Amino acid sequence: MELKPLHIVNAQLIDGDTPRSGSLLVAAGRIAALDPAEIPEGTETVDAKGQWLAPGIIDLGVFATDKPAFHFGGITRAALMPDSGPLDGAGLVERAAKGGKPDLWVHPLAAATKRLEGKELAEIGLMKQAGARAIATGRTRIADTGVMRRVLSYAASLGLVTIIHAEDEGLTAGAVATDGEMATRLGLASAPAIAEAMAIARDLALVEETGAPVHFRQVTTARGLDLIRAAKAKGLPVLCGITPAHLLLSDTATGDFRTFARLSPPLRSEDDRLACLAAIADGTIDILASGHDPRGPEDKRLPFAEALPGMAGAETLLALGLGLMRDGHISPGRLFELLAATPACLLGVDAGKLAVGKEADLILVNDGTPWQVDAKKMAAWAGNTPFDGMPVQGRATAMWKGGQRIR
Amino acid sequence: MTSSTIRPASDYPPGGDAFRHRHLLGIAPLTPWEISYVLDAAEEWVELNRSGAAKHDDRLAGLTIINAFFENSTRTLLSFEIAGKRLGADVVNMHAAQSSVKKGETLIDTAMTLNAMRADAIVIRHASSGAVQLIADKVDCPVLNAGDGRHEHPTQALLDALTIRRRKGRVEGLTIAICGDVLHSRVARSNILALTLLGNEVRVVAPPTLTPPAMERMHVTTFTDMDEGVRDADVVMMLRLQNERMDGAYLPSAREYHALYGLTPKRLEKAKPDAIVMHPGPMNRGVEIDSSVADDLVRSTITEQVEMGVAVRMACLDILTRRKRGVAGWN
Repeated sequence: MELKPLHIVNAQLIDGDTPRSGSLLVAAGRIAALDPAEIPEGTETVDAKGQWLAPGIIDLGVFATDKPAFHFGGITRAALMPDSGPLDGAGLVERAAKGGKPDLWVHPLAAATKRLEGKELAEIGLMKQAGARAIATGRTRIADTGVMRRVLSYAASLGLVTIIHAEDEGLTAGAVATDGEMATRLGLASAPAIAEAMAIARDLALVEETGAPVHFRQVTTARGLDLIRAAKAKGLPVLCGITPAHLLLSDTATGDFRTFARLSPPLRSEDDRLACLAAIADGTIDILASGHDPRGPEDKRLPFAEALPGMAGAETLLALGLGLMRDGHISPGRLFELLAATPACLLGVDAGKLAVGKEADLILVNDGTPWQVDAKKMAAWAGNTPFDGMPVQGRATAMWKGGQRIR
Repeated sequence: MTSSTIRPASDYPPGGDAFRHRHLLGIAPLTPWEISYVLDAAEEWVELNRSGAAKHDDRLAGLTIINAFFENSTRTLLSFEIAGKRLGADVVNMHAAQSSVKKGETLIDTAMTLNAMRADAIVIRHASSGAVQLIADKVDCPVLNAGDGRHEHPTQALLDALTIRRRKGRVEGLTIAICGDVLHSRVARSNILALTLLGNEVRVVAPPTLTPPAMERMHVTTFTDMDEGVRDADVVMMLRLQNERMDGAYLPSAREYHALYGLTPKRLEKAKPDAIVMHPGPMNRGVEIDSSVADDLVRSTITEQVEMGVAVRMACLDILTRRKRGVAGWN
């Protein structure tokens, strides 16, 4: 079926630092023009009624293909972590890539090592041919430095970025919290926050030596961010990301043993949280992602240490990102670099920006709509949000994938 | 010796305002006067327990108390069982080993089951921090924490406070050294909370590998030198060292631990001449404490702690079931 051209008018375009009035023309699934002078015959017109028109969110590093949650959250593409499966073979990758069709892009992240055990190289090349857009170490890092070095150089030779979980397993063994007053008061096994910087430091040395591009999926401590900042200043091919949880919550959120606040890496001190806010403002952090990891009561309604880590984050990602903008940490344009443009670049997909020729994955955003996060009424298949009850503002009101209306 | 420390009832808020909690999950939610209220109540039970053959007060007659122990325990379970029976309650013990917990039933399901049996109070011990609170949120009756993971063991802290108060005539303004495996100890956490709250100087004396982080935020000072840590202390409280901590991960060996941190008569000389020695039991004689110290009838309070344990648990069971029993002023 041939798509009719689409003209979205009366919009606030997010194609620069601040929203600007304009219109956008889509033809053949791609952005054909911004503020077009001529409109082809038979074009469908959509009135955005002054709402924001932004690139669809590209959520880098989710643990489940949870379509209702992604659609609610304005997420048009999800990069799927290799942990369930694990995605360590071409067939599995191919099937995962099809998991979102027809109305969601799923970009599988290939397991760096077989069974994600951190020992033997997985068939990275074959998985790339099957549709893998990057490789990942999964929920843990590769403990063996020799294996990690080989993974990095091998992936780099294939043009793939290695997505890293940065926690030193020796320091974090058995821990479910970060060292501090909260963990001590609750009697939870905890690890020092430097476990993150230790892991980052090792891998940065390997990056410097191999030249391999890497993305630290979550950097959540002041020490870790300082290392990233220094590496970037040296010109190393390093990106890093974060989820809203580590920007907005500290370990005090685990009070009363709230298992929805049991995350990996665990929530940090207030000082580290403030360092994360500074790092997203100064450009050290490149990607904002949901870390979407829905967990039902069988995984969460347990004593804190026995509960599994993770949060359902897809639905709240946009609203919490808009909150960061309203609080003055980032501009609207920068928000969508964090949510779309940089993830697109990392994955090598031709989307993530309002620019001529890009795939027309688009969302309309009403940036002011107030709503309340309610764990009991989530579109995700589980409501394990640490933000339950929080009043937020802004949501996606319409969505297109390749010019096709999804909602 | 004890009567001077018991406050008259008129010192406390009337009725249920004297102890405004449905459960006893920890020391953290308690105020100083609530602690003192429980200690005063326990003094009465000490007298009863010492009064010859008939040690019964049947105020809890007809009530069912379930002791749900998901982790092995001998003395705490026994202490709660005796406390319940002396108050006339029907006491039932559930051991994890004989329960469906082993068959994969979730903790919440177990809690719902206990609740459906219409217990009037549930006493819980569990190996995971926070597990007792999780159950308390799901049941209709008072829940008493008999130890959850490394989190809290409130009745132990209360019985320790009572023991100190009876021996020292007060439990404020004292210097108290808590020595040993503080990191893994719920006894230590509850005691730190209770004893600092009551206005004592609390020291933590432990190897750095067994000292929890952020101790200064708990208003205690830390020592890694045992001789320094017990110097001029009024109370030396030893903790049990679990055997599995001595395998090289936290400590090189039991004999090195004894050499550096064991409470020997010589070390005890550093403390005040009238310092008392406490231990929550069971003891590793020759590891954290020398037998000659443990058995010193003048200094050691170890058997007295066990005795106070029954009285404190009777007080807690009595106080927490008052609403249910319709005691005047407790609604």
